[in-house]
Amino acid sequence: MPFSSTEGASAGGERTTLLKDIEHLFRLALLMVIGVIVFILFRAAVIPHSFGQYGHYRGDAIKEIAARPIAFAGHQVCENCHTEVVEQKKLGKHVVVPCEACHGALANHAEDPASVKPPKLDTAVICARCHEANSAKPRTFPQVVTADHAGGLACDTCHQPHKPAIETSVKNVAEGKK
Amino acid sequence: MEITRRHLLMLLPSAAVAWKYVLAGTPEAAPNYKLTEHWWGMLIDIPKCIGCGSCVRACAQENDVPEGYFRTWVERYHVADWKIEKPEVESPDGGKQAFPPNEESGGKNFFVPKLCNHCADSPCTQVCPVGATFSAPDGVVLVDKKYCVGCRYCVQACPYGCRFINPKTNTAEKCTLCYHRITKGLTTACCEVCPTGARQLADLKNPNDPIHEFLRTHTVQVLKPHMATGAKIFYNGMDGSVR
Repeated sequence: MPFSSTEGASAGGERTTLLKDIEHLFRLALLMVIGVIVFILFRAAVIPHSFGQYGHYRGDAIKEIAARPIAFAGHQVCENCHTEVVEQKKLGKHVVVPCEACHGALANHAEDPASVKPPKLDTAVICARCHEANSAKPRTFPQVVTADHAGGLACDTCHQPHKPAIETSVKNVAEGKK
Repeated sequence: MEITRRHLLMLLPSAAVAWKYVLAGTPEAAPNYKLTEHWWGMLIDIPKCIGCGSCVRACAQENDVPEGYFRTWVERYHVADWKIEKPEVESPDGGKQAFPPNEESGGKNFFVPKLCNHCADSPCTQVCPVGATFSAPDGVVLVDKKYCVGCRYCVQACPYGCRFINPKTNTAEKCTLCYHRITKGLTTACCEVCPTGARQLADLKNPNDPIHEFLRTHTVQVLKPHMATGAKIFYNGMDGSVR
């Protein structure tokens, strides 16, 4: 029983040594509190504010990805101006083919039609991409072996790409009939 | 009211939660696009695909995809008679310049366009150690270029092989479902240029989207359903040999 025997005279002295002993604990606690505060401040500084907005990722990334400029204008934009082509396409099978499938990305042209002109197309290449015969293509899809069919001629020699079916009179001339 | 220690302790957790929202800032009101009102996917109608490669070219142009890498590509399948488990698959340059005439005669031949399946339970986002890839609230799986450390975990995790490391930025890259287009009300570049309508963007949260009628009335599959990825690219008329 170490505490019970020396009660009275030496009680004050023991209290001071006890306090002296636990003083380093206060220092340690203070250091830990400072450490936690520094950690919280550092964490707040390095983690982007939008992190965790929607989940475990940076919420602002969504806006950044959405901010990219477009390259393809979309056929609705083309049709606003090129109404005569729309009318022509309606008469043929290519009505379902969107403009930029053949003409390429033209958002620049749609924004500034005067200075950005669409390039001329090589129909021998463009048409063949879709219509070159291939057994993997759907049976009902019109296909030709271009070497046999055109013999090196560009497709638009006979076909009008916006309305590809050849009118009978032109066809007869091409085949040497009357 | 005097704030006692008890009150302070009770207030601290709620204060911490409130502070989190202060840090997050008020979400910016996008003009017409609400993340929670969409759930994007795509419909691919295999019997309509002619393998012209328009989608592959358009994707590369729209998204600056480096030469030799693909965010979408077209495969040509050749299935010889009964060998449904061993199809011959080829995709020269991702089908970018269309396909040369096939040498095999007989059997079954068809094209299958592929792209990121924008899985609802995507393996690629689960393995990302830094929170760089994620599934946005509208169901599109995206990559945060600034956060990606290029560890390639996601490239390995994707069961569909839809990711690659961009050699210029050294970060993971994949189909964004043309996020910069669909958030502006446009369709994706690949769907925009598809001459036969074999690819169609679908908003599964929009009750007026024709996708719902299509899914009801057709035999539609997703790729690798046994992986339980929640793939949202729906394939119509897909042969059992497709992997």
